[in-house]
Amino acid sequence: MSAPMLMIEALGIVFGHGAARNRALQEVSFSVPQGGSFGLVGESGSGKSTVLNCIAGLLDRWTGTIKVADQVLQGRRKLSFSRQVQMVFQDPYASLHPRHTVDRTLREPLAIHRLGDASRRVVQVLREVGLGPQFRFRYPHQLSGGQRQRVAIARALILEPSLLLLDEPTSALDVSIQAEVLNLLQDIRTQRHLTYLLVSHDLAVVSHMCDQLAVMCQGVIVETISREQLQSGEISHPYTGQLLLAGKGYDRAAIDAFQDFLPTSQQ
Amino acid sequence: MPAEAPLLQVDRLRVAFPSPRGEVAAVNDVSLQMGREKVGIVGESGSGKSITARAILRLLPPYADISAQAISFKGENLLDLSEKEMRRIRGRQISMVMQDPKYSLNPVRKVGEQIGEAYSLHRQASKRQAREQTLEMLAAVRIRNPEQVYNLYPHEVSGGMGQRIMIAMMLIPEPSLLIADEPTSALDVTVRLQVLAILDDLVSQRGMGLIFISHDLELVASFCDRVVIMYGGRVMEALAAGDLHSSQHPYTRGLINCLPKVQGKRGRLPTLERDAAWLTADFQGGARQ
Amino acid sequence: MDRPTGIITRTRDWLLSDTPASATQAAAGRAYLGLRLFGRNRLAVLGLAIIVALVALALFAPQIAPYDPIATDLTNRLQAPSTSHLLGTDEVGRDIFSRIVWGSRLTLYIIGLVAIIAAPVGILVGTVAGYFGGFIDIVLMRLTDIFLAFPKLILALAFVAALGPGIENAIIAIAITSWPPYARIARGETITFRNADFIRAIRLQGAGPIRIITGHIMPLCLSSLIVRVTLDMAGIILTAAGLGFLGLGAQPPMPEWGAMTSTGRAYILDHWWLITMPGTAIFVVSLAFNLLGDGLREVLDPRSDS
Repeated sequence: MSAPMLMIEALGIVFGHGAARNRALQEVSFSVPQGGSFGLVGESGSGKSTVLNCIAGLLDRWTGTIKVADQVLQGRRKLSFSRQVQMVFQDPYASLHPRHTVDRTLREPLAIHRLGDASRRVVQVLREVGLGPQFRFRYPHQLSGGQRQRVAIARALILEPSLLLLDEPTSALDVSIQAEVLNLLQDIRTQRHLTYLLVSHDLAVVSHMCDQLAVMCQGVIVETISREQLQSGEISHPYTGQLLLAGKGYDRAAIDAFQDFLPTSQQ
Repeated sequence: MPAEAPLLQVDRLRVAFPSPRGEVAAVNDVSLQMGREKVGIVGESGSGKSITARAILRLLPPYADISAQAISFKGENLLDLSEKEMRRIRGRQISMVMQDPKYSLNPVRKVGEQIGEAYSLHRQASKRQAREQTLEMLAAVRIRNPEQVYNLYPHEVSGGMGQRIMIAMMLIPEPSLLIADEPTSALDVTVRLQVLAILDDLVSQRGMGLIFISHDLELVASFCDRVVIMYGGRVMEALAAGDLHSSQHPYTRGLINCLPKVQGKRGRLPTLERDAAWLTADFQGGARQ
Repeated sequence: MDRPTGIITRTRDWLLSDTPASATQAAAGRAYLGLRLFGRNRLAVLGLAIIVALVALALFAPQIAPYDPIATDLTNRLQAPSTSHLLGTDEVGRDIFSRIVWGSRLTLYIIGLVAIIAAPVGILVGTVAGYFGGFIDIVLMRLTDIFLAFPKLILALAFVAALGPGIENAIIAIAITSWPPYARIARGETITFRNADFIRAIRLQGAGPIRIITGHIMPLCLSSLIVRVTLDMAGIILTAAGLGFLGLGAQPPMPEWGAMTSTGRAYILDHWWLITMPGTAIFVVSLAFNLLGDGLREVLDPRSDS
């Protein structure tokens, strides 16, 4: 196997000062092989989305090492980074500019990177995400949630990146739409040989999409396991077990046994 | 069903909104009957589940056109009541918990005072009495330090705590029916289940009816006694929660199948093929009655 | 329903198409929907009609005005409104109607120039401060605060006193005192959008600050700014009239409405039309801009289309 597509070592970040000081990420390390699919699972405040923002360069002042395709990321991202790493955001209603048509949204990255043949690329990428050319000149308010998320995926794909960061891409969608978008993401990964880093609170979604996953709690990875281990119940940390149990639905008796977990380093 | 009159009976409810392309029926021909039990209304966005709940409480904007043969609550037709009489019903008899407590609480007043006000609004009670009741209620929703939480402002409480406070506020007038509209979908899974457990305990202790509105089929199936499945403003089927997984209705089956599962296979998820026939009045679709 | 396939229906269908075939059609459809929404507000349409009439009045002033607005005619001074002088004549026999017609050019000139100077300055300062935050924000916003700390008319007076009276200086003075509220609005809007996912997405695609501010943030600030500028037009007209009234704006014999009310003041008891006619013109146009602004607010509010 060649060098991993993404390697993260001892990633840490601190928000706030003084009493409000919050170590949002501590010693987060994992790596994703080329063409692999890795999931980060956790509840809100676990720091799972913060990891994505650090990689994407939307946050700075983090500590540790982030390597993408064997290149260490430092300081401001170069323009070429955008052609390597792209991101799909959680809320399809907030991730498209309300005053730009689909066409403009998809053309803009091409203009920034001075890529020619814009019209053909736009139509092609729209077709790839399952939207016909009739969607090309619509505004976001003329699209449903699922269609918007498809446009957001198209926007991420149009620069032909090799690593896609997916921040809860389906949690704002209805379950039937979620199934369609998850299928689309899987198809795209196979066709384009992409590497995925998927963040979700839903173990079922991660288990469906990823080969490996890390469970995060309060800024710390409590365990990293493979999909097979998750399915056969080979889990070592009680927090993972609790998440797994909670995902099964309402069980009055099990709930009283729930506990609040603190990261291992603080216990 | 018990011999006594049902707690709530909705008969052929229809809610329509005006739009530039003519009137659009958001809820069509919805009938519902319940006693002191937990009934889940499940549906995707646009299924009309929230509008149904708001129509029962007459909380829809004035341009909404609500019609029904009857919406009877304890034998009283809510559609015949004046706005003033309706205010007596709301809160005192039927309460509603919304998705996000942030929008339902007044940000500049202490949460304890707001709960106390919900108590004294419907009865003559001294300030001290209201305060005592409030602290008791906060303890009932398993807040460990009620005295301390009483003096907090809404922005100082977490999502799970906020939703417990909302439940306390809605239950303190001792209503006979609680409508919870996606009360836990903004919460993390474990907190969500803990809040539901509190709701479950209180509802059964006090012998209340609960309408639980959610998009989460599995959660509703495991939490409620009965499930009503809505799609496109119509009831697809109504069945006992335990029978959900053996449902024959194509929509229900589709919803269950398209969920990814931890133990599931890697391949493509089945997607839902929508059928226009589901929205015709006489569609049965093999649904068990 | 029987649908005639006339040109109007076809145009309407083209505009309302859910599947626009080009960017132009999408933009036109959007504009049409906005226009329809605007058309539902009767008062706003009235405001727009008055402003269109004002522009027409200014454009065709030489054709409309029956008399020379500056030529004096002492034999006909202080004539009450009549068929030969619709709105009467002033203290040196000039036809008030002609002066108001010609004065509309000055009014439009003033508000147009003020809007062209103040709005871009405000939006630029506001978006830059809001987008970058930190030190740049502090410097730009304290500067804005300094301008905001003075009463508008007093500050304008001070500038005119320093620059010398005259209509150009009045315009500059009003523009200098008008931009700070726009900067505040633009900054506030920018801060709400700065961390939105669509801005983060375009940053991740390699866009620089100039592209983000001009292409993504400014269009979103523009609508609330247009509304605010429209509502401010009334204030600008009144400030200009105030300066004219104090003799610091347009200089005689220019037919500026404010200056006209100023001279009319001396005759208010015996010859009411001298002050009433230009005063009414100021009132009607100010009101029209306010009505228009309210209507635009409904159409342009970015929160209304999501």
